[in-house]
Amino acid sequence: MLVTSALISGLALGSMYGLLALGFHVTYAVSRTVNFAQGSAMMVGAVLAYTFAVTLGWPFVPAALVALALCAAYGVLVELVAVRPFARRGSNAWLMATVALGIVADNTVLFTFGKEPRGFSLSWAQGSIHIGGLNVSVLQLVIPAVGLALALALSLFSRRTRTGKAMLAVVQNPDAARLMGINVPLTISLAYAASAAFAGAAGMMIAPLFNVHSDMGTLFGLKAFAVAILGGLGSAWGVMLAGLIFGATESLITALLGSAYTQILSFALVIAALAFMPNGLFGRAEAKKV
Amino acid sequence: MNRALVNRLLAGIALSLLAGAAFGQTIKIGLVTALSGQSARAGEAITRGLTVAIDEINAKGGVLGRKLELVRRDDEATPAKGVIAARELLYKEKVTVLFGGLDTPVSIAIVPIVNEAKVPFMGPWAAGTPITRNGANPNFVFRVSAVDEIVDKAMLQYSQKAFNAKNCGMILVNNPWGESNEKGLSAALSAQGMKPAGIEKFEGNDVDVVPQLTRLKAAGADCLFLVGNVGPSAQVVKSLDRMGWKPPVVSHWGPAGGRFTELAGPSAKDVHFIQTYSFFGKQSPVGEKVLKALMAKYPDVKGAGDVTPAVGVANAYDGMMLTAMAIQAAGSTDGPKIREGFYKIGKYEGLIKTYAKPFTSDNHDAVNENDYVWTQFIDNQILPVGMKK
Repeated sequence: MLVTSALISGLALGSMYGLLALGFHVTYAVSRTVNFAQGSAMMVGAVLAYTFAVTLGWPFVPAALVALALCAAYGVLVELVAVRPFARRGSNAWLMATVALGIVADNTVLFTFGKEPRGFSLSWAQGSIHIGGLNVSVLQLVIPAVGLALALALSLFSRRTRTGKAMLAVVQNPDAARLMGINVPLTISLAYAASAAFAGAAGMMIAPLFNVHSDMGTLFGLKAFAVAILGGLGSAWGVMLAGLIFGATESLITALLGSAYTQILSFALVIAALAFMPNGLFGRAEAKKV
Repeated sequence: MNRALVNRLLAGIALSLLAGAAFGQTIKIGLVTALSGQSARAGEAITRGLTVAIDEINAKGGVLGRKLELVRRDDEATPAKGVIAARELLYKEKVTVLFGGLDTPVSIAIVPIVNEAKVPFMGPWAAGTPITRNGANPNFVFRVSAVDEIVDKAMLQYSQKAFNAKNCGMILVNNPWGESNEKGLSAALSAQGMKPAGIEKFEGNDVDVVPQLTRLKAAGADCLFLVGNVGPSAQVVKSLDRMGWKPPVVSHWGPAGGRFTELAGPSAKDVHFIQTYSFFGKQSPVGEKVLKALMAKYPDVKGAGDVTPAVGVANAYDGMMLTAMAIQAAGSTDGPKIREGFYKIGKYEGLIKTYAKPFTSDNHDAVNENDYVWTQFIDNQILPVGMKK
């Protein structure tokens, strides 16, 4: 029962790590850049959903949809302001620029949303069901289901739609894609929009379990990056699975050995895994032309 | 008029200007506490308690003929920021006495600095045992608040009396405050020949505490000792809800520091936690006076239920009053003399109780186990356990 309970908790949390890490994957695959402040995008999603659903009293679904759309717009802004100007010149300064923009976002929310964390309870998320003698909250089942559904949607989008195929073309060869008439800058912007929307969705789902405040995404962003590297940045399903593995591992270590060992062992295992598989658990080594 | 006379006249004018400036100069009282983040309400409560006390003192002419002035800095509940803020207040603002906030790790980080600067430090909230019992000689740290070591004994007694608990487990935030209480609770249990069902730690930003709680449940815990600030405590309560486990939860006073009911949900009311004061029920004349002053000064305070967390207000009010008495007894704003002044305080009819020689060279804590009140959240108000709104 201890192990089952830990696994259920870990998989719910792990799917959130996976969803955030999926955001790293999308932009890295298309542009070889990432938004290092992905945790801030997650926070923006939670804060916007809270504002619409609680402060303004909208029904949850429209509140969530508008929040996701605004998150996507935030992702486009990140790309336009903190990535494109530097990547265009071949500079790696986007690394710091995305972190800086995340700090700006965190502090803007601190001053506008307020300093105190707020509770975001959803009536439909309060329920629980009994499975094999265990009490499992509905949200703990919904979160991994939504996480995996979004990963599947990304997979279908990239293979079945024109825009998705354009993204794949940019991944394979940006110059050839440009010559074929694909708008590469727009495609990269779309990737950043999707990345921020994934983070926003994660923020909205985690908020009822946690609370909403301006720095809620910091630690999540950090863990999600570790997950993205563990899974292999180039593999969509890899990062999602790595998220689930990381979340379950964290939870199992806590349940079996005690919380004192959680961070030490979970990150030590990440280092050990990368030492044996430098491209991540599911990543492939890239061919480099010399 | 010869040159010497002119010089004497100018010197005289300068001296009188300086004397006038010194007479008009305020005595600065510093405050380093969390004014933002999860415990912002607690910082505001301390501020209000100090402000009401300072207004009352200033209305009577101040201390040593000088008005008191409060200078605040936000430590964001972070020791590093608390240390920077404390140094600024001590060396730039030159505060006469420094007040601390609600976070034990921050206060512990500030203690060596005030002892080195020889400026008295008054703790109106943080309960970590080593804050006042810090081994320094001379020790400049005083406190009008609970002390972990004593609170832990009270938590054990309450769990036995109220819930007939026999096998309690500890769920503690992983920081120096949690460690301080782990020692205190273990010692309290050991004194009765008992052991905890288990000791589990959790991080302040943990989303899910189910694995730790599952271990305690599996170990047969029939009650929980909870130590954590408002956000982390709320995470424990939400995790218990997800598990469908409802053991009695006996808590230190962390939940009092913010919007506990909003963060923890309906089960917030099931957590019983310690306080040093409640504005509900029949009040002493001092209680009535302070409540009236709060209602007059702060438009959002319409009654006792709006003074929340009351412990911050009450401890800070009494702490400021006792500090003013120490400065008066010292006859100076010199730190070492004020330290001696604290020992000279005799009887003072305060908000929490009537203090009789509250500080001695062996005891820098003015509040003891007889001064605690057990409370719970009913909606957004902290009420004594069992008292309906």
